[in-house]
Amino acid sequence: MAFLNIWNITRRELVSYFNSPVSYVFIVIFLLLSGFFTFMVGDFFGRGESDLYAFFQWFPWLFLVLVPALGMNIWADEKRMGTIELLFSLPLTTFQCISGKFLAAWGFLIFAVLLTFPIVITVAWLGDPDYGPIICGYAGCFLLGGAYLGITCMTSAMTSSQVVSFIISEVICLFLIFCGWGPFTDMLVNWAPAWLIDTAASFSVMSHFTSIRRGVIDSRDIIYYCSIIVFSLFTTAMLLKNHRS
Amino acid sequence: MPEAGLYNAGAPEVAAGGEMIRVENLFKWYSRRLAVNDLSFSVNRGDILGFIGPNGAGKSTTMRMITGYLPPSLGCVLINGIDMARFPIKAKSRIGYLPENAPLYSNMSVMAFLKFIALMRGFRGRTALGKVNEVLERCFLENVRHQRIDTLSKGYRHRTCFAQSIIHDPDILVLDEPTDGLDPNQKREIRKLIREMGRTKAIVLSTHILEEVETVCSKVLVISDGKKVFDGVPSGLKAMSERAGDVLIGINSEDRREIIETFENIELCDKVEINQGCDVMSIRLCPMKGIPAEQIKLAAVRLCMQNGWPIDALSITQGTLADVFHKITESQKES
Repeated sequence: MAFLNIWNITRRELVSYFNSPVSYVFIVIFLLLSGFFTFMVGDFFGRGESDLYAFFQWFPWLFLVLVPALGMNIWADEKRMGTIELLFSLPLTTFQCISGKFLAAWGFLIFAVLLTFPIVITVAWLGDPDYGPIICGYAGCFLLGGAYLGITCMTSAMTSSQVVSFIISEVICLFLIFCGWGPFTDMLVNWAPAWLIDTAASFSVMSHFTSIRRGVIDSRDIIYYCSIIVFSLFTTAMLLKNHRS
Repeated sequence: MPEAGLYNAGAPEVAAGGEMIRVENLFKWYSRRLAVNDLSFSVNRGDILGFIGPNGAGKSTTMRMITGYLPPSLGCVLINGIDMARFPIKAKSRIGYLPENAPLYSNMSVMAFLKFIALMRGFRGRTALGKVNEVLERCFLENVRHQRIDTLSKGYRHRTCFAQSIIHDPDILVLDEPTDGLDPNQKREIRKLIREMGRTKAIVLSTHILEEVETVCSKVLVISDGKKVFDGVPSGLKAMSERAGDVLIGINSEDRREIIETFENIELCDKVEINQGCDVMSIRLCPMKGIPAEQIKLAAVRLCMQNGWPIDALSITQGTLADVFHKITESQKES
């Protein structure tokens, strides 16, 4: 029953994603930007290597803009339109509602990422790539997208304004990028103790994403992303409970 | 009825008598503001309870607590004997709810929306489709079944939301302003539907329209500033009117001075109001406390017959809900 409820909500959300022209605009922008960063900024051909390093390295930045845009309306719209009252008067738990909505948005994001498959065909046609890092890279993208989406889901539950939700999730995601980003940690080196820099860096999506996209599946990285997702969704439940009381 | 999840295993299902909703000492605070103040009432099967009160009196808040959307700060809501706070899923599966302003997923078609609700209510496959077709027919939505909700008129949107509330044939219906924004014909249709369903269900409806309470409801509950100020039948509420039970008599006679003298001295009346119109004199006789209006009416008729005054009109006034509503809600505010 619980799984059916989650599946029914996921299916409704997925259908509404695919019925909305904005979703297709999202996919087109995502594909164009990923192509632009890979070939123009990442110098895919200039590297002369048959891997997807130039492609995956931009995902934390690309998702920083696109994932909050995708998820900002998850709860904000429900609150603005009043449908949250309808949803929570149905015989289902808050956990089922949150999971259903999150899985739908995540599923749509995974679908958009999978549409980049021509880049894999290109690299396979041009050379003889190692498929391990490519598969790990995609898995890392899914987890990274899930973490960003969890955060956006949480910020969306904070407010009924999509714009406010977008801005807050941008700030949080940007913080998670910067706390382990080279130039940022270099700034801290001169005055902060090493353990503080290490602790800050361990919270960063960058360091965890880098090891996955290199083809190293470390349980710590998976636990990190899953923890962000679980923590965000748990906070979402608390925020929704607070909204209803 | 759809099955309840394991979440609610062990929930009791027995309600005392035909009691479907029991609200006990309900309180709701929004930060420091007390929105609902010690509210208790019950609704039985076959009852249509009209929930009335001024804007901001706490009607919607109470309905949201009955349907489990809002948790009460104190007190409890029992749905068919099931505690909403302890077994929310099982209790919610017994309720159909039409929220205020009829919120809907505007990017879905009427059919897709109702099918989603049917699935969420635990129906599968052909049964779900059958339930959808049933409510489409019952709420006159067949000709807009494939239309997107955001292109529907307010009346159709309202009916779509009403349809979702009855799709699982619940024992209890909670309707927050069900006829708000509808045209007179649509209001009539919805009221007819509510009356029909009220025979077998327990219905709570909130409204601002007092005539709706008279035409639809079998019970009425008035709240003001979150506090219950009346709980009874509509006729009982009307009887609280200062003008209820007065005898109104119209006399068409030239002996005006004599009529005035006679009626001013009539026994068992607190007050006599005489209005001298052009042709007909209108006399209002207010009986003393405990004296039945019928007795005064008979006395008045006897007086007219003895003196040969032709009676043009004779009635016992019932009072208006609007008078009582104003009186009791204002006195609550003052206190």
